[in-house]
Amino acid sequence: MIVNSRLHLFCTIGHRFTQRIWRLGAGARLFWLTIISSGESFRRFHLTIREVYFTGVMSLIIIVVSAFFVGMVLALQGYNTLQRYGSSEAIGVLVALALVRELGPVVTALLFAGRAGTAITAEIGLMKATEQLSAMEMMAVSPISRVIAPRFWAGVIAMPILNVLFCMVGILGGYLVAVPLIGVDAGAFWSQMQANVDWRLDILNGVIKSAVFGVACTMIALFEGYDAPPTAEGVSSATTRTVVTSSLAVLGLDFALTSFMISI
Amino acid sequence: MERTTIDLWVGIFVALGVAALLGLAMKVGNLTTDDIGEIYSVTANFENIGGLKPRAPVKSAGVVVGRVADITFDPATFEAVVNLSVDKRYHFPKDTFANIYTAGLLGEQYIGLEAGGDEVMLKSGDKITQTQDAVVLEKMISQFLYNKASEEPKETASAAVSASTKSGDDALGSSPLDDMKKPVAP
Amino acid sequence: MTQNIVGHNLVEIDNLSFGYKGRLLHQGINMVFPRGKVVAIMGGSGSGKTTLLRLIGGQIRPAKGEVRVDGHVVHQQSREGIYQLRRKMGMLFQHGALFTDLSVYENVAFPMREHTDFPETIIHDLVLLKLHAVGLRGAHKLKPAELSGGMARRVALARAIALDPDIVMYDEPFAGLDPISMGVICDLIRTLNDALGTTSIIVSHDVKETFSIADYVYFVANGTVAAEGTPDDLNKSTLPFVHQFVHGEKDGPVPFHYVAGDYKQALLGLEA
Repeated sequence: MIVNSRLHLFCTIGHRFTQRIWRLGAGARLFWLTIISSGESFRRFHLTIREVYFTGVMSLIIIVVSAFFVGMVLALQGYNTLQRYGSSEAIGVLVALALVRELGPVVTALLFAGRAGTAITAEIGLMKATEQLSAMEMMAVSPISRVIAPRFWAGVIAMPILNVLFCMVGILGGYLVAVPLIGVDAGAFWSQMQANVDWRLDILNGVIKSAVFGVACTMIALFEGYDAPPTAEGVSSATTRTVVTSSLAVLGLDFALTSFMISI
Repeated sequence: MERTTIDLWVGIFVALGVAALLGLAMKVGNLTTDDIGEIYSVTANFENIGGLKPRAPVKSAGVVVGRVADITFDPATFEAVVNLSVDKRYHFPKDTFANIYTAGLLGEQYIGLEAGGDEVMLKSGDKITQTQDAVVLEKMISQFLYNKASEEPKETASAAVSASTKSGDDALGSSPLDDMKKPVAP
Repeated sequence: MTQNIVGHNLVEIDNLSFGYKGRLLHQGINMVFPRGKVVAIMGGSGSGKTTLLRLIGGQIRPAKGEVRVDGHVVHQQSREGIYQLRRKMGMLFQHGALFTDLSVYENVAFPMREHTDFPETIIHDLVLLKLHAVGLRGAHKLKPAELSGGMARRVALARAIALDPDIVMYDEPFAGLDPISMGVICDLIRTLNDALGTTSIIVSHDVKETFSIADYVYFVANGTVAAEGTPDDLNKSTLPFVHQFVHGEKDGPVPFHYVAGDYKQALLGLEA
């Protein structure tokens, strides 16, 4: 009996594993199909613009508000530590570098996965469940080029923009705490920041990171929706998986990208 | 109809993104405008500016009176030429002394102006002749080690510990600073 | 009716077998759909009627045999070829499958925008023409969520005939409708078929409505064509299955009970 249950456990793990691999392959195939059927999302750019509205503009409020608070908290915490070493002027550098290098791309991507990613998964999943994708196929319209690709490119466009906004608003939040509230010299705040934040190494790398996160988050959301079982239960669990998988992918990719960017 | 309002919003979104990117870019470059009003600029040459950066404050008696505008290298004299933008409201005598100080032990570096007694005031484009370089930590340490090494043979081995503390005080307290107090030759 | 004259039959299903994961759903099905006729495929739930439509549309591949649309073997077509064939087809899905993010007008305009370069004015006229044909010209501004089930299906019908297809496929067009809407849909299918000269394929299990408009009916059961004929023939049929289905009898060749062990044993808890 024990042997039997152990064997069963083994089989379950093996099954889960092969299932993951299978889904990874299916996701890669969808990614490839999306790339090769992207022509229409640029020829008829209003399709993509519409999706930028739903993924980007609709995420603005959550991004701006969280950025503001993240910036303020960074300044408060940073000041606490820096003033012990008598270098509270370096608070501008701390806030800016933390935001531009790491927190901007990562937190934006996590919020994006929660706000826009789930919406995409639910929408595509419901379109599938209500046979809208099937209907499109029967009308000789490829759902990948008409539905998937515009959403994909919209996510890839929106994410870096959201990231840049996140960084900017976060720095402003940090400024508000550091300068009027704590009393750090405004000039020192900005000058130290300017002297220590590099355009290419810090800002551009951050933007590149967020573009990669945009590809990953949007693709995961699209795949989960496209692959969801066409039932209410299937769509809801696909939505959950979108958040979990996107978050893990973002954090993993962040490590890979950071180590790659630091080494060059 | 509906499509144009969406276009408008996306337009605003993209414009905000571009503006934020420009804002970030200007943090790196020196494009943000100064918060000091009218300024006049003077230059000062230093043999070593240490970690002084553009936009660092210029202070006199602890009050910010200007900013470092830019820093260039003069290949003829092998000196750093620092351009200072000083607030028009403040005037300094011609023989004003410019020092590079460090805020705290590891803080940012700034320029301190110590007014002299000259009747003639500095004008725009003038040069401050009396300057003092930044304190470079490595120099100070090597000075200290050098002093210690030269003292060592005189001391007995048993007194080495107390001697080194003593010479350490000496090194930090007097000799390197004395050495650096010497103004750069005009 | 069953003779194979090339050009006479728009769709032909030839010795078709199809199955999921080794379990065969269809075995050696033969059907023909002549031009300009309304042909119904009937059968119980789960007998694979809708799957037949998907096979005709080329969304899935048969295990054996073939489906020919206008002489072209569907599963041998390239992706472009299948899309070319599908442009001759319109399909009405069971629940309409309207695009929920588009208005009624945009839903009907969708196939035109995708496949034609018509200027906006022509699209406007065509959309209103199609909507007028299903009696919903006044509803063109509504969103699909604001429509009743019957109205949604009529809009979907307008969308299916937007590009004047040669074949219109109806997947359960009567399911879940009130009697009035059912009558309206029934009438529309027949009228549109005759007015546009299309070939209609209806998949349904509603005997009364289907028999009232179909020219020819296939009964599918256990993966094969169990019976076929005109509605009149089938009404008079003495085949036990057809008799049970047409008259809606509870028990017959299709048993009321799912295959199960002995009831008494199950109650006594003896069943494994």
